Amino acid sequence: MKPVPRSLSEIRDLIKEGKITLPNLINSCLENIKSQKDLNAFISVFEKDAMQNAEIVQKKIIGGKAGKLAGLVISVKDVISVKDRLMTCGSKMLSNYTAPYNATAIERILKEDAIIIGKTNCDEFAMGSSNENSYFGAVRNPFDSKRVPGGSSGGSAVSVAAGMCTASLGSDTGGSVRQPASFCGITGLKVTYGRISRYGLTAFASSFDSIGILANDINDTAEILNCISGYDENDITSSKKPVRDYYKEIQKEINPKDIIIGYAKEAFETGIQDEIRETILLKLEELSKRGYRVKEISLPNTDYIIPVYYILTSAECSSNLSRYDGVRYGYRAELEATDGIEEMYTRTRSEGFGEEVKRRIMLGTYVLSSGYYEQYYKKAQKARQLIIKDFGNAFKKADYIITPTTPTTAFKISEKTDNPLEMYMSDILTVSANLAGLPAVSIPAGKDKNGLPVGLQITGKKFDEAGILRLAKYIL
Amino acid sequence: MAVTLLEVEKISKLAKLRFDDTQKNKLQEDMNRILDYVEKINELNLSKVEPAGNINETYNLFRKDEIKQNLKQEEIFKNTFTKSPPFFKVPKVIKK
Repeated sequence: MKPVPRSLSEIRDLIKEGKITLPNLINSCLENIKSQKDLNAFISVFEKDAMQNAEIVQKKIIGGKAGKLAGLVISVKDVISVKDRLMTCGSKMLSNYTAPYNATAIERILKEDAIIIGKTNCDEFAMGSSNENSYFGAVRNPFDSKRVPGGSSGGSAVSVAAGMCTASLGSDTGGSVRQPASFCGITGLKVTYGRISRYGLTAFASSFDSIGILANDINDTAEILNCISGYDENDITSSKKPVRDYYKEIQKEINPKDIIIGYAKEAFETGIQDEIRETILLKLEELSKRGYRVKEISLPNTDYIIPVYYILTSAECSSNLSRYDGVRYGYRAELEATDGIEEMYTRTRSEGFGEEVKRRIMLGTYVLSSGYYEQYYKKAQKARQLIIKDFGNAFKKADYIITPTTPTTAFKISEKTDNPLEMYMSDILTVSANLAGLPAVSIPAGKDKNGLPVGLQITGKKFDEAGILRLAKYIL
Repeated sequence: MAVTLLEVEKISKLAKLRFDDTQKNKLQEDMNRILDYVEKINELNLSKVEPAGNINETYNLFRKDEIKQNLKQEEIFKNTFTKSPPFFKVPKVIKK
């Protein structure tokens, strides 16, 4: 692997000192993509355009006229629209689909001179925790290629961890940014619901989905967030709350005595790998020694998180994915002259979707169907309210909650594919932030005995991205 | 409550998906395993709880009623199967 600078500030310094040029950097990233093709991180690579843009931005930097993200080489999960580029969503259904417009987040990073190097592999329609559900094949973990990189933004996490770019935009519906970030030893931020516009992000479960940022350096996370967050009239759920200068905020000193860190005992109980528990508890101990107040809090409904999450997200997905019918865009099954429209719908969907997506559409259709709506969907919506209340109560006692990001480190490829329920359980520590719409960040906290990264998760109050990033910077 | 094979068939019709017998059996097994697990929410006393609707506070969003540039027709039709602007061509809807 060719060495590439870890962060945007490093890149800028090296360019200013004349030690590298942006086209050089793009070249190194492209070489790393080629030499590590077996990791299968990318679905499409924008070789020519990235190089051309690098020359333009390099000139802007020298001329002192560059945007705030000049120097940033970024990859984009293939569920986010980049104009005139394929957007497959990791699915056969959209394997021929070209996005006719830019997502708002893309529009905003391009305006600030970021360079998009390509679109990354992911679980089909972002449904999965291992990146094994892609029509374009499984993605592999750079720390051990027999293991999964996590999912669903697996390609994004690998692209950052393996020197193919500096940062990536992913999406997080139940941990899809934080879990792969944790498995690949990088930083992954999921923002408050509504902080970043979802316009141009392919819908999976609309009341859970949020765009997230994967990076090596937490300062980069903050700088990218500065550019992409904020109200967008194309997404009515995007928030009008003012955008803070996250970069500036995280440079501020913290007085540990002012901060109470919540320790949720439920998150350290059954099913957590010993080394992960020990690593995170040790971090909490260190924080307490440095003057932070660490206080036990309770999230009593933790056992219901996964059931509620899977009922509601399957329901939302079955509704959102009904648009893929072969009529206007995407895959259409080859039909006999005698076939009618019903046959076109059914054949197109049966051939276009993969197994996990179909399973969730089936489950979602079931929980929304007459007779079961009250029994499952409505109950789950009520239970979601209880989980939201749990966090409300916890945040009366603490400013932040620290937990592991995942119950285990990266597991082996095929280890959990036969049992969907076991796969779903790997999201147990991340989905609650999506259920309650809270911001959460995963940062690297150490390694287990196999040398696999362990992630630490900080969850904060709504719209306190500045707070969780600042604490993350302090811990790092 | 277990999902029957007949229900799997009914749901797949609603979802416009088709499965062979092996897939149906696997789906029945998977769905029952998942539903068995999610039944757990029945342990909760939810009688006095309001369902969660919007995650953030919501308010009316008004904008001026102005015509804005939308995607051009040719851009839209680039992705169609039949490339037949201004129409989306589909098979026969009404049977003889």
